[in-house]
Amino acid sequence: MNAHPRAPKGAADPPGAGQTVRTACPYCGVGCGVRATPDGRGGVSIAGDTQHPANFGRLCSKGSALGETVDLEGRLLAPQIHGRTASWAEAIELVAERFRSAVGAHGPDSVAFYVSGQLLTEDYYVANKLMKGFIGSANIDTNSRLCMASSVVGHKRAFGADTVPGTYEDLECADLVVLVGSNLAWCHPVLYQRLAAAKAARPGMRVVVVDPRRTATAEIADQLLRLAPGTDVALFNGLLAEIEARGAIDRAFVGQHVTGLDEALAAARSTGIDDVARITGLTRAEIAAFCDAWIGTRRVVTVYSQGVNQSSAGTDKVNAIINAHLATGRIGRAGMGPFSVTGQPNAMGGREVGGLATMLAAHLDIQNPAHRAAVQAFWQAPAMPTEPGLKAVDLFRACADGRIKALWIMSTNPAVSLPQADDVAAAIRACPFVVVSDIMADTDTMRLADVALPATAWGEKSGTVTNSERRISRQRPFLPAPGQARPDWRIVADVGAAMGWADAFDWANEAAVFREHAALSGVAGRLGMDFDIEALAELDDAAYDALAPVQWPLPRAGTRRAGATADGRFFADGGFLHPDGRARMPATVYRPPASTVSADWPLRLNTGRVRDHWHTMTRTAKSARLSAHMAEPYAEIHPRDAAAAGIEPASLVTVESPYGRAVLRALVTDRTPQGTVFAPMHWTALTAACGRVDAVVGAEVDPLSGQPESKAQPVRLTPFRAAWYGFALSRACPRPSAAYWARARGDGLWRIELACDAVPSATPLGDAASGTAGRGAGEAAGEAAGEAAGESDHTAAWIAYARALTGAAAGAEVVSVIDSRGIGVRLAFVAEGRVEAAFYAAAEPVALARAGAVAAF
Amino acid sequence: MQKLVVIGAGMASGRLLEHLVERAPGRFDITLFGAEPRGNYNRIMLSPVLAGEKSYDEIVTHDAAWYAAKGVTCRFGETVRGIDRERRVVTSAAGETPYDRLVIATGSSPFVIPVPGRDLPGVVTYRDLDDTEAMIAAARRPGGRAVVIGGGLLGLEAAAGLRHRGMDVTVLHLMPHLMERQLDPAASALLQRALEGRGIRVHCRANTRAILGRDRVTGVELDDGTIYAADLVCMAVGIRPATALASDAGLACGRGIQVDDRMVTSDPAVLALGECAEHDGVCYGLVAPLYDMAEVAAATLAGEAAAYTRTETATKLKVTGVDLYSAGDFAPIGADGTARDEIVFRDPARGLYRRLVLKDGRLTGAVMYGDTADGPWFFGLIREGAPVAALGEALIFGPSVAGGDPLDPTAAVAAWPADAPVRRRCNGLSRACDPIAVAQAAA
Repeated sequence: MNAHPRAPKGAADPPGAGQTVRTACPYCGVGCGVRATPDGRGGVSIAGDTQHPANFGRLCSKGSALGETVDLEGRLLAPQIHGRTASWAEAIELVAERFRSAVGAHGPDSVAFYVSGQLLTEDYYVANKLMKGFIGSANIDTNSRLCMASSVVGHKRAFGADTVPGTYEDLECADLVVLVGSNLAWCHPVLYQRLAAAKAARPGMRVVVVDPRRTATAEIADQLLRLAPGTDVALFNGLLAEIEARGAIDRAFVGQHVTGLDEALAAARSTGIDDVARITGLTRAEIAAFCDAWIGTRRVVTVYSQGVNQSSAGTDKVNAIINAHLATGRIGRAGMGPFSVTGQPNAMGGREVGGLATMLAAHLDIQNPAHRAAVQAFWQAPAMPTEPGLKAVDLFRACADGRIKALWIMSTNPAVSLPQADDVAAAIRACPFVVVSDIMADTDTMRLADVALPATAWGEKSGTVTNSERRISRQRPFLPAPGQARPDWRIVADVGAAMGWADAFDWANEAAVFREHAALSGVAGRLGMDFDIEALAELDDAAYDALAPVQWPLPRAGTRRAGATADGRFFADGGFLHPDGRARMPATVYRPPASTVSADWPLRLNTGRVRDHWHTMTRTAKSARLSAHMAEPYAEIHPRDAAAAGIEPASLVTVESPYGRAVLRALVTDRTPQGTVFAPMHWTALTAACGRVDAVVGAEVDPLSGQPESKAQPVRLTPFRAAWYGFALSRACPRPSAAYWARARGDGLWRIELACDAVPSATPLGDAASGTAGRGAGEAAGEAAGEAAGESDHTAAWIAYARALTGAAAGAEVVSVIDSRGIGVRLAFVAEGRVEAAFYAAAEPVALARAGAVAAF
Repeated sequence: MQKLVVIGAGMASGRLLEHLVERAPGRFDITLFGAEPRGNYNRIMLSPVLAGEKSYDEIVTHDAAWYAAKGVTCRFGETVRGIDRERRVVTSAAGETPYDRLVIATGSSPFVIPVPGRDLPGVVTYRDLDDTEAMIAAARRPGGRAVVIGGGLLGLEAAAGLRHRGMDVTVLHLMPHLMERQLDPAASALLQRALEGRGIRVHCRANTRAILGRDRVTGVELDDGTIYAADLVCMAVGIRPATALASDAGLACGRGIQVDDRMVTSDPAVLALGECAEHDGVCYGLVAPLYDMAEVAAATLAGEAAAYTRTETATKLKVTGVDLYSAGDFAPIGADGTARDEIVFRDPARGLYRRLVLKDGRLTGAVMYGDTADGPWFFGLIREGAPVAALGEALIFGPSVAGGDPLDPTAAVAAWPADAPVRRRCNGLSRACDPIAVAQAAA
């Protein structure tokens, strides 16, 4: 091994071994506090922070396994220019020059940033400042577009600003919690645990889950409403009409604080109860029971997440939910209100800095001249865009058609995560100059980069994040930055300086960035906006380092922001952020998903997360524990749909749309309703041969938020037939050569699933059974022909294939079982008394309990 | 009382007489002819005798006293020369002996390859106690050299025995690898390695041209010119059913004396059984079918209905420290000319090998080397004709695996959450049927 790239480098290093650092989890939007204790050898032990108000010591499976993700395997440790290692100076100068020349030749809108809810607020702030204030374009969008853009627009339509009115405590003190399009148990596990604990302590509390799928979250539900996909607006319109019919409108609250009730009611009433039943597929009794519970319970919280947001009617869904709360005045009080839970650790921070193409900064509006002027003055910015920039889907379309000449992607993996991901990958490839900042050397997107910039990772970087209840927490470093990795904010600032704006991008540290951000929020606050943390603008470095988790608004002492109440919530007493101080109730009308199913594309593909993986798995795939839960990309298929398509349980299935295809393991279950298929979105070209589910999803978007409809793509299923199926375990990372494969880490091992078109042959097969990486089966087999005295060619070919796959040493002895009936192959490679690799192949998917095999290895 | 004459005092007739005196005591006046000048012994235990692990007394099954007690007239050492079926008499040196029923149990003769020098003193076959004692005597001379022609079951047992008694031993085998009827090349290589490990020289593809020597054997010459010096040459290249007596008497013979299901030959008064008999086109050389035939023949003589059906056979190589077991029909190509299904397990590092042969989802044969403990279990499956397809290739790991729950395919799906309930979990099974586990068992 080379000298350890994490070797301590000096006084700026983070605390030493054994010293516990309090930080925040980098995964979902719950934003849990974490206590990290480095061991001084690059590792860290992890515990929940009992004092953090998001989790009070709890951690989920992903958070608990954080210590397994901080190793340096696969990390990008130095800048690369076209695959060649370069100095920071050279890389920064090249990036600055290419962006400068593109802007010079084609104007500010010829460049774009695509950033991430994984960035810290400071990173986000600097990127937004560079693009909007100095390059002079609004072409900065973020993967949060895929996550909660509909909530942002819904909030702004209703409240006049992107405000989450409630707090996590509301989920605990409500008498009814409605979870809409939220698999809280898997996607926000600690919040789910808090809810479950509250319900256990207070059995009178009721939970309703509104979801087409029967997810793990359904286990807590008193009522499960398995409505038809995308029909939430109809359900909540039905509720609103029922609220009025039963005289439950809070006339005083509405009269004083809300505009648009009549129009919203008219729209709601236009869908009668029978229509609601027809559209949602729910029975009248189910709908009535839901209305009884909702209307009859004053302390009601409606939590919603991607099932609502990721829709071509996402914004209307959000507003249909908020409308019910506004009409009843159930907002901003303990146990009451609509509650958007975000998917990413700093989606909220990104919204706060304005790091979306549709925002300006500090919740200010890009199209409001006064707001623009204020920000321009604050930044002393040379150029400000007057119109929103390109939202994510449009941004990559602009790359594809040549409008974008230089693109910088930070801390995200759009070649996997955006809809029509194959087209997005092609668009990135088509862009003349692509910069990718990431912590990992190899991702689907990094493979398309001209310049690769090494960023620091969680545990190394320092800054702040904001969780779903507006709580700002410090992410603190406890490991030294490896190699030449740098914080994202620093990289962007260096480019900004190199582009000629050294004064505007000259911060001593992240605390200085934060102070500027907080000061700007004060400007926004004085313009009447909700987001104001000016009280933190004077924190010195030490105070910033010591900052305890804190909920905004935090205006300068002695002032109070509009809408904010003394208990840390918003809007209990009105004070909405539209100019007239009143909330709006947009008239929402149900419309079906943008694409319709047909005979050719008869099923709807619903995408989502699994419990133990995060996004595109660049970090969670490092953990054996996390990889054990779901080691392979899969599709949940209803038994009747599976039967109709001829798909056997545990077989492989091709999920196909006009945009692309994925090959997934069939999990036949009625957890997903008939007519729909569910597939997780985590798998990439690094973890599976053909598991990128977003390649299948079309880029239909919500017309207001631009958020893609990730849960309703019409698809068809066909059985994926292979000549043989395999499963292998190895010490080395397997190098697959197969039409289908999916690999995952185990404890001290790798596991891989395979399916191949051709049986390995002792004679070279040409491109038969060839795959994306490694060598063809035939080629590998040829090398090792006659490997074991007396082995048949057939057996030798299998042994050679397995050896090439698993990297088992040439000297390893082979224990074999070869069954001539169809295909039945089991091989173990043994060297020095230790099993180096095991390989199984069969004509049908290998019937072997994986957990047992992994345990025995 | 009917007169019953039995020709041959080997294991088949011994078992026949046991059954007969039990089933029909006093019905027959029995005369037993035996070419060897002694009673009946367990011929398959000759190899332990050769190896010095057992004595003759320990392998005797029926001695003179036993026959006397059962009223059997023994005429040991007296060779029967002819059968007159018209007159129902057999002829020997002492004259004619009449019969009402005749049983032919003449067994088989070792095959002697037709090369010059085959009759020289010092050239033996490996068939009976005399052969065994000749070999033991040869081994007493210090520095003696033995060549065993034939690398099958019997030849290797002879080689191991002679080596154990201190001789320099070379095995010559015509085929490319040892025990080719039982083993594939990989397993054969394991066996050869084990034999060589105990000092036995093995020469495959060895075609004997001549046995050398003037007054007694001095060596063996191969057709490639190789010469092996030898004080003793043991031929163990196969057996032939001893049918001369029967065919001279006009009884229908193929490879052996043809019998029906009741062990009756083409002459209703005459029965045949044992290695000399051919039933349904098959001649047997192993003990289990002989015993089955003896029971049927006894029933037929006693006037009871009985029918012999094909016996599955199992055999064990009786070489101490070399475990090899085979059972059933393990030819890779069946009698119908089609290739059989096979499951083969190889662990060369630990010297383990198993081969199962299947037809239509049922086990027909098994060969095991290195660890033969599961042999009888496989043999049971072969005899029962039990369907084994559901066990997949895990079958090869024996009853500890197959005794568990059948594999639940849903438990095999990686997509299936490890903590989700499944109908039947089978971790124990997956462990046991895993080459990983097999490989680690020795570690």
